[in-house]
Amino acid sequence: MKAFASWTRDLPRAAAPDGVSRRAWLLRALGLLGAVSVAAGSQPKPVTLLNVSFDTTRELFREFNAAFAKFWAAKNGQTVVIRQSHGGSGKQARAVINGLQADVVTLALAYDIEAIVRLSGAIEADWQGRFPDNSSPYTSTIVFVVRHGNPKGIRDWDDLCRPGVGVITPNPKTSGGARWNYLAAYGYAVKRLGTQAQAREFVTALYANVPILDTGARGASTSFVDRGLGDVLIAWESEALLAVREAGPGVLSLVRPSRSILAEPPVAVVDRVARRRGVTTVARAYLQYLYSDTGQDLAAKHFFRPRSPAVAQRYHAQFPPLNQFTVAEVFGGWAEAHRQHFRQGGVFDTLYRRRE
Amino acid sequence: MAGAPKYRPGLGLSASRRGTEEGPWVKWSLVGAALAFSAVFLVLPLVNVFVQALSKGWGAYEAALADPDSWAAIRLTLVVAGLTVPLNLVFGVAAAWTIAKFDFRGKAVLVTLIDLPFSVSPVVAGLMLVLLFGLQGSLGPWLDAHDIHVLFALPGMVLATVFVTFPFVARELIPVMQATGSEQEQAALTLGASGWQTFWHVTLPSVKWGLLYGLILCNARAMGEFGAVSVVSGHISGLTDTMPLRVETLYQEYAGTGAFAMASLLAVLALLTLALKSWLEWRTQRGYARAERAPVSAPRP
Amino acid sequence: MDEKRFNPLPGFGLTMGYTVLYLGVIVLVPIGALVLKASALTWGQLWELATNGRALAAYRLTFGASLVAALINAGCGALLAWVLTRYEFPGRRWLDALVDFPFALPTAVAGLTLANLFAAQGWLGRFLVPLGIAGAFTPLGVVIALTFVGLPFVVRSLQPVLANLEREVEEAAATLGASRLRTFCAIIAPSLLPTVLTGFALAFARAVGEYGSIVFISGNLPFKTEIAPYLIVIRLEEFDYAGATAIASVLLVLSFVILGLVNALEGWANRWQG
Repeated sequence: MKAFASWTRDLPRAAAPDGVSRRAWLLRALGLLGAVSVAAGSQPKPVTLLNVSFDTTRELFREFNAAFAKFWAAKNGQTVVIRQSHGGSGKQARAVINGLQADVVTLALAYDIEAIVRLSGAIEADWQGRFPDNSSPYTSTIVFVVRHGNPKGIRDWDDLCRPGVGVITPNPKTSGGARWNYLAAYGYAVKRLGTQAQAREFVTALYANVPILDTGARGASTSFVDRGLGDVLIAWESEALLAVREAGPGVLSLVRPSRSILAEPPVAVVDRVARRRGVTTVARAYLQYLYSDTGQDLAAKHFFRPRSPAVAQRYHAQFPPLNQFTVAEVFGGWAEAHRQHFRQGGVFDTLYRRRE
Repeated sequence: MAGAPKYRPGLGLSASRRGTEEGPWVKWSLVGAALAFSAVFLVLPLVNVFVQALSKGWGAYEAALADPDSWAAIRLTLVVAGLTVPLNLVFGVAAAWTIAKFDFRGKAVLVTLIDLPFSVSPVVAGLMLVLLFGLQGSLGPWLDAHDIHVLFALPGMVLATVFVTFPFVARELIPVMQATGSEQEQAALTLGASGWQTFWHVTLPSVKWGLLYGLILCNARAMGEFGAVSVVSGHISGLTDTMPLRVETLYQEYAGTGAFAMASLLAVLALLTLALKSWLEWRTQRGYARAERAPVSAPRP
Repeated sequence: MDEKRFNPLPGFGLTMGYTVLYLGVIVLVPIGALVLKASALTWGQLWELATNGRALAAYRLTFGASLVAALINAGCGALLAWVLTRYEFPGRRWLDALVDFPFALPTAVAGLTLANLFAAQGWLGRFLVPLGIAGAFTPLGVVIALTFVGLPFVVRSLQPVLANLEREVEEAAATLGASRLRTFCAIIAPSLLPTVLTGFALAFARAVGEYGSIVFISGNLPFKTEIAPYLIVIRLEEFDYAGATAIASVLLVLSFVILGLVNALEGWANRWQG
């Protein structure tokens, strides 16, 4: 059995040079795996996967993991148990760099996976080309949640800078969602006001209205919803829709700004760990399954915008079109955005220094 | 906590009162103030945990605790405490024996070093383990090459807990062993008992209540540790979430009831700890007159 | 203290060796790792990382809030100890047992429930917040949580001293015509002071390192409600190991200083009480 595992481990990697044919190869490999296991007359050994993910995918992956386990068992009779770890995206990436044995990472932003590539080399540099759509199976955007009836009359980003409006958003140093929030606000300001200096003034005014900085996006929602802090929560669209539903009717409402950012949460197999544990095949199939009809439907059900046009069509009422810009377009990519805004001494730090 | 001297209740009340009573007005306003302070800081938090846990009824409470991940957290907490307490027990006994029964140079330094973990922030304790065992750290790459996982796995969590609860047993045992002196052991040795026999039959019985007391404190802290364990855990649901970490996870999953249900279990454990401790104090109170005369804090040579 | 004498007890080598070995592996090696990491930085870098504005604000809050909490505990703890040892009233034994509750309750649970009590809709918050007293997510919240975790120290340090206080002296003072207040100020308070200081120092030391309860009750806002241990976690989560190490070193050195102070105080208190 052990030899068998080591034989299947590197099969798709060696045989498939590019992303598209890899999918076909993967399916063929799976079929083969099933055939071999049937021929061997015994069930393949159960495997476990560890998916290290960000804060707001808790509900999505709980359901998706069950669906994939069912799919995988039906496909080749192997039991797969998927464990989850959730937290702020940056914090999760740090844990992986320090040796958290993740087989796959599903993080909030590409920069965090890049950090793993750069600092530990556990993920290979070409990760983003391994799965379709830049390895980002679903997208989201940044919206507002306000208290029922919108008592402060919040319609767009400008309203968040008004004095007396309490804004809840997590800490961009630890939370991926918070980085999207910040960049969405900044990008909006650049597009509307024109200059970087004005955009800085804009985010300074906005963050002056922030009474607390939680470490993760979920912590921020809890502060807003359960503890009744602030007048508006800046959040992932997925998180906002979930919070509105969880709170029940007549408690919260969702407000979409005139313009926001296109958030693309990426996924990757942690090559070093998966290879060592001999689960590369199932890890890849797991992430690939996010692109299947079932995966896309579950993503949409848990309020992430699906990539598949067919599924998007089914959920179009939930995801009205929005004027979106990308990180590449406004900030010149994540590395640059990080250098300018989030590293120690960057723009974000000066916001707080100036306040002092 | 390690440094708090023990108190045997009820000793003050038996003393004579003549001419040393405050007026009833003063007395009752002092009692009132003390009760108000304790109500806010002790009673309300305790009641609040249970009210929140049961806010959606008994069914929701049971359902919250039936989650397999919650069970895994309870099991893990027991395993971590089960490994930590014996480790610190053996150390505590050895350290107390050395310090209480012998005179040597540098004793003060040793006692201070034993106290050190108590004043190091748990987060710093966690950070030190990350620096030591992380892949970017000193030992991490070597361990990883040999497929040994310390960080984000049970060994790291046990190490963090052992660090944080390090002084408890030793701190409780040292004064008790010192107070009992070593005449009895010397007598036993003179009568031909071996060293181990002397330890098991003479020393251990005379310090068993102090030992138990230290174990209870150590166990309570081991089960409840959050900061240090949080830094080294990796927060894998069902695998490396202990009960306090599970409280946080549930809180983050919009499962307020679940979080407080888990918290209420921890509160029950805390109450059991208090009950055990009170019972121990009641047991020791009777035969304690001798030890009471001895200094209560750690020895200073 | 004792004259040098022959000690016939066995096991010195074994227990001493084990103690030092275990101490080394569990405590000194990790501390060594921290020192090693810190020594990779130049003094200038270390100073810069450990004393930037945000870190200074975090120390200020950590030490300020710990000081206030320890002071509250010194006052209220002394009151509680006095009431518990001197007076008989219904529920005294229960209250006495409950004093140790903050030791036994995991700090994360404490933080969660205190935040819940003092938040705007909480049992206490709904009365206090309209009065402008916001207990959750403010520096006051940090003080509240630290008061909770440090509460038993002063009480438990004082109780045995109060119980052993010689009533005869008080009686003599009363016989000589001193008022109760005068007796308290001139006789009782001075003899309690060293112990109160010890309890105060212990509560302070515990508060400086506290993390679990603060996460839930503080707003964790840079420059306002961010404590030093939390800043270490933030630095860690930003992959900034040097920054985390620098702040941790400051806390570690201060721990040493506080510990030395506590020991000196205890020695002083012991001498004081004869």
